[in-house]
Amino acid sequence: MSEFLPTGIQLTYLVAASLFIVGLKKLGSPASARQGNFLAAVGMLLAVVATLLDRQVLSYEMILVGLAVGSLIGAIAAQKVAMTAMPQMVGLLNGLGGAASALVAVAEFWRLMGTSQAIPLDANISMLLDVFIGGVTFTGSMIAFAKLQGLISGSPVTFPLQQPINALLLVGFVVGSGYLLVAPENLPIFLAVVGVSLLLGVLFVLPIGGGDMPVVISLLNSLSGLAASAAGFVVMNNMLIIAGALVGASGLILTQIMCKAMNRSLVSVLFGSFGKAGVSGGGGTEDKTVHSIDPEEGAMMLGYARSVVIVPGYGMAVAQAQHSVRELADQLEKMGVDVKYAIHPVAGRMPGHMNVLLAEANVPYPQLHDMEDINPQFEQTDVALVIGANDVVNPAARSDAASPIYGMPILEVDRAKHTIVIKRGMSTGFAGVDNDLFYKDKTMMLFGSAKDVVGKLVSEVKQL
Amino acid sequence: MTEALIAALFVFVLASFAGFEVINKVPPTLHTPLMSGANAISGIAVIGAILVSGANEGQVSVILGLIAVVLATINVVGGFLVTDRMLQMFKKKEVKA
Repeated sequence: MSEFLPTGIQLTYLVAASLFIVGLKKLGSPASARQGNFLAAVGMLLAVVATLLDRQVLSYEMILVGLAVGSLIGAIAAQKVAMTAMPQMVGLLNGLGGAASALVAVAEFWRLMGTSQAIPLDANISMLLDVFIGGVTFTGSMIAFAKLQGLISGSPVTFPLQQPINALLLVGFVVGSGYLLVAPENLPIFLAVVGVSLLLGVLFVLPIGGGDMPVVISLLNSLSGLAASAAGFVVMNNMLIIAGALVGASGLILTQIMCKAMNRSLVSVLFGSFGKAGVSGGGGTEDKTVHSIDPEEGAMMLGYARSVVIVPGYGMAVAQAQHSVRELADQLEKMGVDVKYAIHPVAGRMPGHMNVLLAEANVPYPQLHDMEDINPQFEQTDVALVIGANDVVNPAARSDAASPIYGMPILEVDRAKHTIVIKRGMSTGFAGVDNDLFYKDKTMMLFGSAKDVVGKLVSEVKQL
Repeated sequence: MTEALIAALFVFVLASFAGFEVINKVPPTLHTPLMSGANAISGIAVIGAILVSGANEGQVSVILGLIAVVLATINVVGGFLVTDRMLQMFKKKEVKA
């Protein structure tokens, strides 16, 4: 009986890996996504149970306690977190995954140090890779979390000699690793290499600003997968290698999509911090006038329009205005207005951020339209209502080759008959570029916090 | 390089390709759930953690492994549950509350 156990475990891993693949596939379509998530969870449960039966596992009590504690914390966190805090939550969980992977390598190193046999070269390389990727994922995600949570400034943090210091640390890692490959049994050097990896993670995310967060979060997501894969090479376990590779691939795809939506390369996101270079946007500072209106006028324009397209941005998330927005849309629909939402792929702080918030406010997802889908429709739109979005609707991206955001695909709200922009003030968006949209004749500005203004619009529309 | 390592590399590369194929063309609506679901899967590190701490060789190694078990489990359970919570909200038709 007992000799069949290892085969049984491997076969269970095979089932679990298949469940992951099927689960991810189903996560790609709204109708089956929930089932997909469930299947992946079942796969995970199978994999964990099979591993507990492994003959290598000698002590159960503490592991079971660890599993119970982790499950409890995870379940409570998942219940308590507000939907608006989802980017931080994803960042934090990513970090924990990375930390766990890195710890596997450190623990394995310590275990091998305790034994009399020499550490084999391939195990050594795997451990160093795992420590590096896992360590960077851990501290990088923690910085991303701190930025998104507002614990530290969300704007790019730069300091003199940043690139040389990073390069020096990287060289330090390579030299330390090289030394360890020759003389593996050296704990202080190993720990130094771990430290350098952790420091690199911090320095890697620190100079990246809030608007680039969708890219960073996806990239960290990918790295957390690769870290798990590396941990799989450390303990030579296919289950980890497969699951990690799947996550690595999915994160990479998302990273690509996000970069494309900003028309920036990954390298420029990571190393060229945006909105820092003293950009003088567009036409400089000749007097341009803005048309400011009050909510009553705004309500009138919206209420008597035939079609309205709502363009939400990070400002809506910050003000938590999604429920008011939905209320406004309901009122307008009652008056016979055709209401749609236009979602830019990088609106907000993580991929799909706006979709999650509007889903929370009970907006049915067929009402949300992608950029390619909605852009041709703006010309027939009476009013485009921009709520807390800026760079993603800046026409300079289309017309001004000198603008730093030139070439970025935008939502073409300026083609609508009228545009109403809800904004707190005239400050620039994340890219630090002035927005010509605000000075156009057919653009009306409604100044104030998204939640207040939309709330006022709702009550004004009711009185029409 | 050992044969086991080569085999593992094969598995890694093939699984990556499978991942690219499976996840391509996900609609933007599902970007966040996909990411947090994938995130939960990356908590698979829990298995490595169980193996390392379960080997019961050396106190430091066991303790580090156990910390990894806890962190990875938070990742797994938190990730799957929060994804489910999100997906519950995605509806095709309006539902009267």
